[in-house]
Amino acid sequence: MTQKLKSKDFVIRFAGEGGQGLVTSADAMARAATGTGFYCQTFSTFPSQIMGGPASSQVRISTTPVLSNGDAVDVLVVLNQYAFDNHIDDLSENGVCIYNAQDCEPTGKGNYFGINADELAKESGNTRAANMVILGAVANLIDFKISSIEDFVRDRFSRGRENDDQIIDSNIIAIGLGVEVAKKSGFSVGSLDDPIPPDYEQIMITGNAALSLGAVSAGLDSYYGYPISPATTILVWMEQNLINKDKFVFQVASEIEAINNIVGAGFSGKKAMTATAGPGIALMSEGLGLAWMAEIPCVVVDIQRGGPATGLPTKSEQSDLFACMFPAHGDVRLPVLAPGSVEECFYVGELSVNWAERYQGPVMVMGEFSLAERSENIKKPELSKVLDERRNSDTGTNGFKRYQSWDGKLSPMPIPGQDVAYVANGSEHDEIGDTTHLPKHHIRLTERRFAKLSLLNDAPFEIINPNSDIAIMPWGSSKGVTREAYQKLVDKGENLAWLYSVSLNPLPKEIIDELKKKKIVIVPELNYQGQWSSILRMEGINAVSVTQYTGMPFKPTDLSEKILSKIKEIGV
Amino acid sequence: MSDRNSEYDFKWCPGCGDFGVKRALEQAIGTYTEEFEIPRTSNVIVAGIGCSGNMVHLVDGEQPFGIHGIHGRTLPIAFGVATSRPDLNTIVVAGDGDFLSIGAEHIPSVASRNPNMTCVIMDNGVYGLTKGQSSPTSTTGQVTTSTPFGKMESQMKPLELYLSYGVSFIASHYSSKPKVLADFIVEGMKHPGLSIIHVQSPCTTYNNTYDILRGSKKDNIPGTAFIVDEDHDPSDYNAAVELTKKGGVPLGLIYKNQPPTINDLQNKIIKDKSKKVEDILSSYSI
Repeated sequence: MTQKLKSKDFVIRFAGEGGQGLVTSADAMARAATGTGFYCQTFSTFPSQIMGGPASSQVRISTTPVLSNGDAVDVLVVLNQYAFDNHIDDLSENGVCIYNAQDCEPTGKGNYFGINADELAKESGNTRAANMVILGAVANLIDFKISSIEDFVRDRFSRGRENDDQIIDSNIIAIGLGVEVAKKSGFSVGSLDDPIPPDYEQIMITGNAALSLGAVSAGLDSYYGYPISPATTILVWMEQNLINKDKFVFQVASEIEAINNIVGAGFSGKKAMTATAGPGIALMSEGLGLAWMAEIPCVVVDIQRGGPATGLPTKSEQSDLFACMFPAHGDVRLPVLAPGSVEECFYVGELSVNWAERYQGPVMVMGEFSLAERSENIKKPELSKVLDERRNSDTGTNGFKRYQSWDGKLSPMPIPGQDVAYVANGSEHDEIGDTTHLPKHHIRLTERRFAKLSLLNDAPFEIINPNSDIAIMPWGSSKGVTREAYQKLVDKGENLAWLYSVSLNPLPKEIIDELKKKKIVIVPELNYQGQWSSILRMEGINAVSVTQYTGMPFKPTDLSEKILSKIKEIGV
Repeated sequence: MSDRNSEYDFKWCPGCGDFGVKRALEQAIGTYTEEFEIPRTSNVIVAGIGCSGNMVHLVDGEQPFGIHGIHGRTLPIAFGVATSRPDLNTIVVAGDGDFLSIGAEHIPSVASRNPNMTCVIMDNGVYGLTKGQSSPTSTTGQVTTSTPFGKMESQMKPLELYLSYGVSFIASHYSSKPKVLADFIVEGMKHPGLSIIHVQSPCTTYNNTYDILRGSKKDNIPGTAFIVDEDHDPSDYNAAVELTKKGGVPLGLIYKNQPPTINDLQNKIIKDKSKKVEDILSSYSI
């Protein structure tokens, strides 16, 4: 083999059937790599069933922070014929495919070699160590330090049980057997540059766990939810972690119950949240209208999947934007926060519960399948910097007048048990919350409900190279991959501006000012209609989308080409 | 409220049963508030949509807190209040359309959790605010604006339904005796768990059942309402079922048992398993 240049990153994919430990393998590789200072991002795709069905899980290991899943696969591990047939085209030019010699016979020629992992596992003395055999082989192919994998195994299986040592030893033997097979094959995909370990403390966490942790750090009191992919992990996380005095978590009977539960909890003075996916958002429509109308703080998280109806429950799509920003009948436009990375998930969890308190109303958070379930190593959040903002409930000055006209300030929201009471009313109402049909009140309070959005002005945003007339503006989970595509285009000499905002409503003034200056704004998004560019056009901005609706995230090189051809097509 | 707000523009019809329920509720809130020495503002009324939902704006005197929500969702809203703030006295007011038709899906789930709250259901057997359509408790064959040739479905039996769903406190009464009704509401408020006080509250415009409930001595027609026997044991589930199967409208306590409330059960978990944010965060360290 000729000596190859050292690489900045590798993508390793494990493909087979659900239940074969694919996620565990990718996760193990990620943990072993982050343990020695690399940056990682995992990604999994599987059908909506518990066992079986075509599934894959991958990890991208890099010497610098990872923005996306990457393009091609450097090491592909296939456990059956179907996986080989469906993934082999994703293998990079110099990539190597390891196939399960028992269940797979590769067609055509390429850098493939077979491995009989089950048999080798038996040889190691641990029949359950097939994954470790494969991990050893993979590590050898990318010239990864075997001692790091061994350290990972020691760490993982030191569980204080009698047979810990035996399991650790047999796993290490299995890893060694895998290394030998890979060595014999003669293949290699090269090696990674030395990592530049970050000078800060890190955590390895999924998007949904980061979002949950962010909300709880900022004082979340109550969580009510109903199981639905891909938001269930938030319910499960809360049931396991939001356990303390005056906290309440519960799995309720439907999304209709969940939204009304958090309206009740929010009204009673608590920071309350629920999480769901598209079908749940549809059921929450009326309750969200109530929260907007009666001005009750609460947070609804939508972890998007493919829609409509049951749609694609375990696939990637960003097609709920209309449904989240305008979920209810009547004059409604809800605040929307859409995190673009696992790290942003944490801060959006924090910001969302604080925003709900500050503007006294419902806040939408828009996650997405690929962001929710992937693991990433991120900077450990500093809890001392997390704010726990609470509503202004001081009733001293305005008595029971809960719904006064907007005058740049919001009249306080009393909490039950305090001095004076009011009625939180879903019918149009007067200052104390009594029902009224008088035009003066409907005008006054409609204006109040929209004006108070201006209080939500502290979400993070990014502006790069504002001098260009053409801007690229992704939203939510397409941020990372678009950033990578953007960099490719800039490296090629394209003069492009970069605009990004975690808040889609309201937009920061700085972003609106930039958007208005642009000849064209290109929005990469995972839906058919181009939902975000449609909303931008509503605001008089000349926006156009680069869309994809395959159920999978964008790939960076492919996206950069699509952006370029869109620019040419428009002829700016 | 009505004293101080001339712009509030809702009125019940003269003779509406809800006036009696309003007096009973005012008295019950007063009694409970004094006895437990809680602020009046620690009472929260969660109201449904319909004539009865307007109760939340109409109670006189020092005001409790209120939510006038959306149709059919009093139970989940009140569940959010009662479980997040178990220190409050959470009260649901709703009608038969709101509670038993569009909102019926929430009764089994909420009953199975036994949250500490009290529901006062005003049953007039008709949709009043939308001008006289058939409701779950309209009688079979009843002619209403939406059943011009008579209601085809069978009539719902709310008390049997509450029993089978496991509601832990069930009382039945009518609106004509506010003082007695108030006592049952207070008892429901004191009961640690889900209480339902199901009240016959006639609609004088679309379904005037006063005479049917009372009967007529002059014409020798017995009323459908009857006082529950003194020897009825409300802790006996089978006896309660028997009582509700008798037909007519029993006046009194039907059933009462003492399962733990959902907050009791959660508090036990919190005692043993409570977690600090710092520790949760550290569990993700590399």
